[in-house]
Amino acid sequence: MTAPPAREARLAGLRRLRGLMRKEAVQIVRDPSSIIIAFVLPALLLFLFGFAVTLDARNLGVAVVVESPTEETASFTAFFQGSGYFAPRFYTERKPAEAALLRGEVQGVVVLAQAFPEALAREGGAAIQVIADGTDANTGNLFLGYVNNVWRDWLAYRALAGAGGAAEPVRAEPRIWFNPEVESHHFLVPGLLAIIMTITGALLTALLVAREYDRGTIEGLLATRARIGEILIGKLVPTFLLGMGGVAVNTAMAVWLFGVPFRGSFWVLAGASALFMAAALGMGLLISTLAKNQFVAGQVTIMVGFMPAFLLSDFVFNLAGTPGWVQAISYAIAARYFIAILKTVFLAGDVWAVILPNSLALFAMAAVLLALARALTRRRLE
Amino acid sequence: MWRRIVALVVKEFLAVLKDRKSRAVLLVLPFLQLGVFPFATTFEVTGIRLAVLNEDAGAEGRELVSRFTATPTFRAVATLTHSSEIAPMIDSRRAELVLHVGKTFSRALKTGASAPVQLIADGRNSNTALITLAYAGEIVGAFGREHARAPLPAALVDRAWFNPNLGSLWSILPGILAIIISVATTSITAFSLAREKEVGTFQQLLVTPLRPVEIVIGKTLPALAIGLGESAVIVAAMVLLYRMPLVGRVGLLYVGIPLFLLANIGMGLMVSSVARTQQQALLGAFLFLLPEVILSGFATPIGNMPDWIQTLTYVNPMRYFLVISQGVFLKDLPADAVLAQAWPMALIALGSLTVAGWLFRRRLY
Amino acid sequence: MAGGATIELVGLTKRFSGARGGVAALRSVSARIEPGRITGLVGSDGAGKTTLMRVIAGLMAADEGEVRVENAAEVGYMPQSFATYEDLTVADNLALYADLEGVAGAARRARLDELLAFTGLGPFQARLAGRLSGGMRQKLALACALMRPPDALLLDEPSVGVDPLSRRELWEIVSGLAAKGALVLWSTAYLDEAERCAAVLVLHQGRLVYAGPPGSFTGPLAGRTFALYAPAASLRAVQRRAGVQPGIVDAVRRERALRLVVAEGPAPKLADLLAEDERAGAALEPVRPTFEDALVAALRSTAEPSPTPLLAAPAPIADLDRPTARPVEVANLTRRFDSFVAVDSVSFAVERGEIFGLLGPNGAGKSTIFKVLCGLLPPSGGTALIAGIDLSRARAAARERIGYMSQRFSLYGELSVGQNLAFFAGVYGLSGRRKRERIAAVSAEFGLRALEDERAGALPLGHRQRLALAAALLHEPAILFLDEPTSGVDPVTRREFWLRINALAEAGVTVMVSTHFLEEAEYCDRLAILYEGRLIALGSAADLKRAHAPPGTTAPPGIEDAFIALIRAQARAAA
Repeated sequence: MTAPPAREARLAGLRRLRGLMRKEAVQIVRDPSSIIIAFVLPALLLFLFGFAVTLDARNLGVAVVVESPTEETASFTAFFQGSGYFAPRFYTERKPAEAALLRGEVQGVVVLAQAFPEALAREGGAAIQVIADGTDANTGNLFLGYVNNVWRDWLAYRALAGAGGAAEPVRAEPRIWFNPEVESHHFLVPGLLAIIMTITGALLTALLVAREYDRGTIEGLLATRARIGEILIGKLVPTFLLGMGGVAVNTAMAVWLFGVPFRGSFWVLAGASALFMAAALGMGLLISTLAKNQFVAGQVTIMVGFMPAFLLSDFVFNLAGTPGWVQAISYAIAARYFIAILKTVFLAGDVWAVILPNSLALFAMAAVLLALARALTRRRLE
Repeated sequence: MWRRIVALVVKEFLAVLKDRKSRAVLLVLPFLQLGVFPFATTFEVTGIRLAVLNEDAGAEGRELVSRFTATPTFRAVATLTHSSEIAPMIDSRRAELVLHVGKTFSRALKTGASAPVQLIADGRNSNTALITLAYAGEIVGAFGREHARAPLPAALVDRAWFNPNLGSLWSILPGILAIIISVATTSITAFSLAREKEVGTFQQLLVTPLRPVEIVIGKTLPALAIGLGESAVIVAAMVLLYRMPLVGRVGLLYVGIPLFLLANIGMGLMVSSVARTQQQALLGAFLFLLPEVILSGFATPIGNMPDWIQTLTYVNPMRYFLVISQGVFLKDLPADAVLAQAWPMALIALGSLTVAGWLFRRRLY
Repeated sequence: MAGGATIELVGLTKRFSGARGGVAALRSVSARIEPGRITGLVGSDGAGKTTLMRVIAGLMAADEGEVRVENAAEVGYMPQSFATYEDLTVADNLALYADLEGVAGAARRARLDELLAFTGLGPFQARLAGRLSGGMRQKLALACALMRPPDALLLDEPSVGVDPLSRRELWEIVSGLAAKGALVLWSTAYLDEAERCAAVLVLHQGRLVYAGPPGSFTGPLAGRTFALYAPAASLRAVQRRAGVQPGIVDAVRRERALRLVVAEGPAPKLADLLAEDERAGAALEPVRPTFEDALVAALRSTAEPSPTPLLAAPAPIADLDRPTARPVEVANLTRRFDSFVAVDSVSFAVERGEIFGLLGPNGAGKSTIFKVLCGLLPPSGGTALIAGIDLSRARAAARERIGYMSQRFSLYGELSVGQNLAFFAGVYGLSGRRKRERIAAVSAEFGLRALEDERAGALPLGHRQRLALAAALLHEPAILFLDEPTSGVDPVTRREFWLRINALAEAGVTVMVSTHFLEEAEYCDRLAILYEGRLIALGSAADLKRAHAPPGTTAPPGIEDAFIALIRAQARAAA
């Protein structure tokens, strides 16, 4: 007599959804664990990676040993002090410098030997001994590279000043595109979005669903008219919105607080984030329907969600440097595709050659994970 | 008193070994971590995708290009013919580095003018870009010195001590040891009390004559023993499977390990005395472990961090243990240097265990 | 409501593939449930009640058989253990279920108001469900299940953890629905509730052992139940003897008498039950059988024989240090949590060898008093002394005098029975020969020898209860605290448990019990009734019943009637 039955049923379905979504939202706000996952963990990560982690070595400790000081050695050491890369300490003997290296007080030693000043003028030139601390291979490499730069600058200066010798015959002109100041924050902070969304998406969803089983409330829900699909969507929408809110907050922080350039378009970022979020939610849902226990769900999500997103995604570590089997695993990690998109959208712009294939991969992963989760959630308790 | 503690320790061992979840934390997780982490946590670059734009007609240009393509570090993926092709190559990430040899390259080299070579790197991962450019710079530098008309007045003779190849595996593994044993002991202690609270046995413990100190000791000793055992297995695996050198004295390593474990156990117990459920304990342990690892100097040197964060790291036990672990494995760190790192850990352990015991008495009410 | 809803169960069988290779939770259960009345589903923990409910509600599929539901457009189901969201308010919970059940428009407000009115939750709409008392929470769950007026209503143990007053209110609400023609299936472990149902289904180990009116269940017991009065004898001793006597199915103390259920055959004679010197003034009178008698008789006939003779001689109990002090002495005890007063100036004293019960609804302050006495909480005011000692200030070793058995039978589930005993012996400082002897002694007494290598967590509830009690007694405490010791345990096991407690009391152990099972109050020598933190009555069960019988009743009042009368009087006084 009023609405046709099909429309009536649809309306009832929408009302059920609205009720479920409101309930989830209230629960997230009232539960300390969800607060930790949704707000504290992201803040901690942003703090750690925004402020603490920087891959750019500045002020590397270097022990400069000058066995017989002359004007030449002074001009060389002046380049160390002025380079900005180093915090040099000066020694007149090798022994204490090497001891400092052993204790980890400096990252490397540069030795200008007794014969250095005379050898400069001789055929074959003078040898500058450089010792890097190899215990941290990355810093060791950077150290050697920086010493190389200082040395080249010094040679060029000498050549110009007519002090003899030539500058380097071949001049390498390095250009680093998208990030000319080589700020590691510029790629760490956008990448962090993927990590934070993995946490809000997968971990929070996993705990929210597992909690219904843990506390037995699922039984009450299943006994009502709500359909499984509605119950799942009711769970996903609030976390989805929370995750997207996280994207917005993080993007704002990245651009305004950490000064990361944003060269792509907002809509591309939003679209890719939505796809990734869907994949993360699907993973959380899948884990929790299988685990049915908050503790196990939490642990599994950290193991198969957070850790791989952290390690196998090009976020901090260099995926291309890993062995083939590790790279093979990484193809199953959604964060890998999302981080590729993030770095491009922030630092390079809307490069469709990067965005399209990676989005396609994200879409496929989201579809598979969500479909699996839906298929495995049963109407019955067994 | 000791009789009661012994009973508690025995029970704790049995409970950990018989519980499926704890067994997984103890037996599966560490070896998964030991198997994957060292390979995943690398900054090394190999197989860099290289695009070459050689506008030089001379032999020198070709020779320089062949120097690049001959190393395993670079993998030539494209040969460009015009500079307009550079941008799309980099943008689409088909190439990570473009080597651009200009038209005047051979001529300049012959006349003694400085011959420019452009190297364009993708800065979306600045760390990789830097390392790539450093490699490229070395190749160009070596090439230049060979073609120099006048000898250079000074040359660098560089080498790396302790890890001559600067292989990332050797510098990662001592950190992996620290991560695995801290994750295992922190989570085990964090879960153990929370589980007792969840199941209700905690109340039961409190009405026995056990004192809070005894409960802390009873919870600490098994975790310490498990951590020590696990560390021994991992050290053996590092040396035997990963062929890691162990140049220092193992005894000194075992000055650091127990103190590091105790500091982590204290943290785990603190988490445990605050958490009401195992799920909260899991999150609490995670909230502690994440900064512990990241602010330890494992991934990035502490010296690079802002001063105020460097100050913060003084309460991080892993910061000290990492120095000992790397030092003993690679450097033969002298005993006094080990002690200098050991006492702050002892202090942290004492502090965290005391706070745990205190918190734990307070949470009864 | 044309015809009325009926539910027909046809040969329902449900198996679970458990750790021990397939447990049958239901074994070909067939029954018909009629509309317009409350049908009770009775059975102990693990009898299959919840599984049956879930199968009827469609949340589980039966392996064999089927459920035929007729004329029921709306089936309401209220699962056990609070299906409401604790972190949502009352109003939020109701709104959620209204949305889920599609109650919308003008009807919505009306229905919500109606539900709030008849559950009495109106004033508490803004309160979180987790902060409600057990009774109110169940009323909320019921309101959610009733969102659409159901033709059939399935209630899984709705009265667990609910105080007697709310239980009665809940019953009245549901009776009203049944009176309007609804079918109601009410599962319960409370036997007095079962007795009030129009029909009962009695499940035992997955089998339907009885279906029909509760009155007929007691039919076979006619002429087989007696009350034994023996003023010259120790009833406890008589009870212990009767427990192992052939021909006696059940013996339980009720006030000054011993209730006996005997096997079919000739009536028992005083001479068989009492020694010569005990017979002065003794009498044996026939009494009406109760539902509990019938259930115990039914279960006894199928149950495995009790693992140990219940004759167990009272164990020698270590004496208190200061025999002059009373074992438990509480004076003006007050305990506040922030502004909330959990215990308000309570005073009582317990004599040596007494079984003293703390009775009251959830949140009345029972467990707070226990915690203060055991030294887990310091009092905010007043004193709580154990043998003259304040345990919250005394050295930890003073706790060796008490034994404590918690509500949840807190054991280490992953450890075996033997390992649990060894652990508790160790933390109580036993060692060497004494440790071995005590473990052997309690194992023998509680029939745990055969279970030594079983995982404690895998034991059935009754065995777990025995193990928990054994662990609490290893160090021969002078005072035993039992916190809700029989929750969830079937009536037969409950009987055995109380026999043991009686034996301990006889040996001089002072026993403190907290319970909200009013039937259990009958086992105590004296009771303290607590309500909202205050002690509102103190005395023996018989005294309390006499003193607080509701006016105008002729039948002998139960302890529950006395309790409810007391609480109503309190509420009136407060108003």
